[in-house]
Amino acid sequence: MSETRYTDQHEWVRVDGGEATVGITRYAAEQLGDVVFVDLPKLGHALAKGAEAAVVESVKAASEVYAPVGGAVTAVNEALNEDPAKVNGDPEGEGWFFKLKLSDPGELSALMTPDKYEAYVKGL
Amino acid sequence: MTDTTETLRTTPLHALHIELGAKMVPFAGYDMPVQYPTGILKEHLHTRAKAGLFDTAHMGQAFLSGADPAHALERVTPADIVGIKEGMQRYGLLLNDAGGILDDFMTTRLKGEASLYLVVNAATKEGDFAYIAERLKGLAVLAPQPERALMALQGPAAAAALARHAPGIDAMTFMKAARGEIDGVPAIVSRTGYTGEDGFEISVACKHAEAIARALLKEPEVLPIGLGARDSLRLEAGLCLYGHDIDETTDPVEADLVWSVGKRRRMDKDFPAAERIVDEILGGTARKRVGILPEGRVPARDGCEIADKSGRVVGRITSGGFGPSLSAPVAMGYVEKAFAADGTQIDLMVRGKAVPARVAPMPFVAHKYKRANSTPGS
Repeated sequence: MSETRYTDQHEWVRVDGGEATVGITRYAAEQLGDVVFVDLPKLGHALAKGAEAAVVESVKAASEVYAPVGGAVTAVNEALNEDPAKVNGDPEGEGWFFKLKLSDPGELSALMTPDKYEAYVKGL
Repeated sequence: MTDTTETLRTTPLHALHIELGAKMVPFAGYDMPVQYPTGILKEHLHTRAKAGLFDTAHMGQAFLSGADPAHALERVTPADIVGIKEGMQRYGLLLNDAGGILDDFMTTRLKGEASLYLVVNAATKEGDFAYIAERLKGLAVLAPQPERALMALQGPAAAAALARHAPGIDAMTFMKAARGEIDGVPAIVSRTGYTGEDGFEISVACKHAEAIARALLKEPEVLPIGLGARDSLRLEAGLCLYGHDIDETTDPVEADLVWSVGKRRRMDKDFPAAERIVDEILGGTARKRVGILPEGRVPARDGCEIADKSGRVVGRITSGGFGPSLSAPVAMGYVEKAFAADGTQIDLMVRGKAVPARVAPMPFVAHKYKRANSTPGS
């Protein structure tokens, strides 16, 4: 069973077993505008919670994406190299960035539930 | 709303931008549209394919009058202002005493008028106007025109769209300017722009600006275009953005804008820092502004260091981003003279990683101006 959690930096993390898929939220994608390049992390790279994990470039600017939880990178979304616009088209699906093997599943509890994140965005 | 938003100035098209769903950002002290719901990529491509309307009313407009305003203005610019023919506009650089660039601006000599019509950049307009007024004291009088708005209609369909509101406008060619009427509203129209496309810049009284903008936006070819696409369009066209590619620390020769220094002016050497600038035109400068094409898809942005293949820093990017028409990153910046030749291999240091790139001729996308004695598109 998978569950999705959110950070106040507008990353989402979907956990399935011990593996977490990470991307940016629709709100973040809309704020960035047209994405033209995503600098993805290296496979096997160990990311601490909060560490810079990726950089997303829109026409206008570059923005850092941080690891919502700690873990080793097990997969990156190579499809974004060919079609970075997937981040705008389907940010919480096909536009995922990378997968992590969770180093501490307990870190998830600090993140927002979908309801909480929705309320957070409304308050911005 | 935050405090900073409340202190920003607005143009006469502000309410229209909000109505059109624009994302507003602070720019040069104004609350301006960076993009509309269309998005920067599509706004850019639409302008190159059809036509886009840009709000440029934040820019500074003024009339310069006096016994011989053209001769007077040449005190602060190396452009050939005296030589501007009636009904023509010309690009020029406003220089400080050291030859540094205070701004770039347009000067127009309208038919039958003794005054010159000036357009300067938004962020620098107060400083420019104060500088010009002070340096030309006793020779000419500068009258800023805050009650005039400015907009640009750019793209291959701009002429057809504008002609429905200003019959005969298509007879104008590149860099021509004239007073006329758009839907009966008095306007100063020039066949100029900042996108590399054919198009027009339109100055009307602020009170008429929204009506004119709405009328042009009703044309099927025309979409509103924000500052985001304005920047990517001008970058692909190889045009400088003041404050990035040129500023007080750069001079006309380093900036590769020697074409804007009049031939007669080089002989007479009667403009700021003329001796040095003329020497540089003949002997070259230590660094030069060049176009840069990065390999791959990583954009290299303003401030990015440029290194040679041994890792030594040889320059810096001053404008960079993604070029939607090329579907690839594009940039411009300054490099040491030895690295300025087209095809020179360099590295761009993006987030600590070397991105291979080469020096490339500009414009990156061919200009499509409707020049006199040329067929459209040539």
